[in-house]
Amino acid sequence: MKVFQRSLKYATIVLLMLTGSVVCASSGDEQHRVGGNPIDTQEEINAYIKHHLQDSHDFTFYTNGETGTHYGFPLPVILWDGGIKTFMSSKFHHGETVAESGGSYYKLYHGKVYKTDAEGTITLDDHDHPTNTKPLDFSITKSVVGMLLAGLLMLLLFSALARGYKKGPIPSGFARVLEPLVIYVRDEIARPNIGENKYRKYMGFLLTVFFFIWILNLLGLTPLGFNVTGNIAVTVCLALFTFFIVQFSGNKEYWKHIFWMPGVPVPMKIILMPIEILGMLTKPFSLLIRLFANITAGHFVVMSLIALMITMKAVFGPVASTGMSLVLSLFISVIEILVAFLQAFIFTMLSSLFIGMAVAEHDHH
Amino acid sequence: MYNLIGAGLIVIGGGIGLGQIGGKAMEGIARQPEAAGKIQTAMIIIGALLEGLAFGALILGK
Amino acid sequence: MDQLLNDFSPGLFFMQAIILLILILLMRKFAWKPILNSLQDREDGIQDALKSAEEARKEMQNLQADNERILNEARAERDGMLKEARELKENLISEAKSEAKSEADKIVAQAQATIASEKKAAIAELKNQVAELSIEIAEKVVRKELSSKDKQLELVESMLGDVTLN
Repeated sequence: MKVFQRSLKYATIVLLMLTGSVVCASSGDEQHRVGGNPIDTQEEINAYIKHHLQDSHDFTFYTNGETGTHYGFPLPVILWDGGIKTFMSSKFHHGETVAESGGSYYKLYHGKVYKTDAEGTITLDDHDHPTNTKPLDFSITKSVVGMLLAGLLMLLLFSALARGYKKGPIPSGFARVLEPLVIYVRDEIARPNIGENKYRKYMGFLLTVFFFIWILNLLGLTPLGFNVTGNIAVTVCLALFTFFIVQFSGNKEYWKHIFWMPGVPVPMKIILMPIEILGMLTKPFSLLIRLFANITAGHFVVMSLIALMITMKAVFGPVASTGMSLVLSLFISVIEILVAFLQAFIFTMLSSLFIGMAVAEHDHH
Repeated sequence: MYNLIGAGLIVIGGGIGLGQIGGKAMEGIARQPEAAGKIQTAMIIIGALLEGLAFGALILGK
Repeated sequence: MDQLLNDFSPGLFFMQAIILLILILLMRKFAWKPILNSLQDREDGIQDALKSAEEARKEMQNLQADNERILNEARAERDGMLKEARELKENLISEAKSEAKSEADKIVAQAQATIASEKKAAIAELKNQVAELSIEIAEKVVRKELSSKDKQLELVESMLGDVTLN
C-alpha cells in the first residue's frame, strides 16, 4: 500500500510538472475510500467515477481512507421546501448523517438531497430510485462554485482587456493573448455565419458562451474535480439560451420555412411542417447532448485511465501499471485540452449558424 | 445487452460517417490546399452534427 | 435517458440560468461592448490611415507630375527665350552688317562720284588751261612769226596757196 501511495504521489507530481495543473482530473480523489476500505475493485472505481461526474454539495480535495476524514470545505445548501432552508453542507457529513433544518430532516443520497424522517430512512423502489420527496435544491453546489469562478475569471480578464484600450489602441500583457481570441470569435464564428450586418447584436451572447464553456471545460481538467459542462442541467440551460435567442430573432422567412415551406406542393408542405418543427427542437437538443456527452466521456476516460494504476497493479506490478496509466492519461488529457476548445468552438459555431439561419434574408430560388 | 449492441451499431455508423467526412475533407484539401481553412471549418461542423446525432442515439438508447 | 432525467437537477438549472444571464449582461456592459468598440475603432483607424496614406501617395505623385510639368515648361520657356535671343542677336548683327554695308557702299559710291566729278572738273580745268596756254603760245608764236612784213606775206601766200580756188 505504501508503495502504491508513493507511486501515486510521484505520478501526480510528474503529471503536474509535465502539463501544469491541466492534466490529471482529480487524481487525488483516487485515494478516496469508503468506510476504510480502499477502492480497488472495478465496481467501486465505476461507482467512484460516477460520483465524480455528478454534482456535489461539498468540495473535497482529498479523503484519508484510514481515518475517514475528508479534506475540503463545505458549501451552503439552499432548499425550497415550503420556505427557504439554508444550512452548510457539513451538516450532512458526506451523506452519513441526517441534517435537520426548520423541523424537517434531509439526507444526501448519491449526491442528491432527499427529505426523510428523523432517522434518515430512504426507501427505494424496484429500480433503486429513492421514493422520498426531493426538495427544490438551489444550493451553491460545486458546479455553481465552478460557474461563479469562471464568471469571475472572465469578468476580471476581459474588463482588464477593456480597460487596456483606454490607455492605447494596442493591449499589453496578458490582454494580448485574449484579444486574438475575441477577434477569432468575431471574425471566424459570428461574422461568416450570421452576416456582416447583424452579427453585432449577438456578440455578447456568443462571446460569453464561448469563453464560459471553454474556461469551464479547462477547469474540469484541473485536479479541482469540477465537472460543470458535463452536467446535463448546465448544458440544457446553455442550449435553451441558444434556442430562445434563435426563436426570438427569427424573421418572417424563418417561420415561413418552418410552417409553410415555400416552393413545394401543398401536401408536401403539410408533411414538412412537423419535420421542420422537430428540426427546430432537435438543434438545441443535439447541442446540449454533444457538450454533455463529450465532456462526460472525457472525464470518464481520463479517470478510467488513471484507475488503470489500480486495476492493472495485480497483473503488471505497481511500477509498470503506474507508468502505463501515466502515459495513457497524459495522452488523453492532451487530447481533452483540444476537446475543451473544440466543444466551446462548436457550441458557439452552431449557435451562430442557427442564429444565422433564423435571420438570413432568403433570395427565392 | 441489447443496449450494448445498439451502442456498437451507432458507433459503427458514426465511425463510417466520420471517416467519410474526414477522408473527403482530406481529398478536398489535397486538391485545393488554399481552401484548407474553409474545408476544415465545414468538416468540423458536419462532424459535430454527426456526433450530435450519434450521441443523441446513444443517450436515448441508454 | 431515464438516468439522465434523474440526474437533471432543476436547482442547478435555475442557478445556471441566473448566473449565465447576469454574466452575459455584465460582460456585455463591462467587457464586450468596450472591447468590440475599441477593436472597431482601431480597425477603422487602420483603414483610414491606409486610405490617407494612399491618398498622400497619389497626391505626392500628382505633385511630382506637376513639378515635372512645371520644370518642363520652364525649360521650354528658357529654351524659347534663348532661341529668341539668339535670333534677335543674329538679326541685329545681320541688320547691322547690312546697314553698315549699305552705308559703306553709299560712302564708296559717293566717294567715287566725287572722285569722278573732281576728275572731270580737273580734266576740264586742265583742258582750259591747256587751251589758254596753247592760245598764249600760239599768240606768242604767231606774234613772233608775224613780226616782219615779209613773213606775214609769206603766210598769207601759203595760206592762199592752200586755198585752191575752185
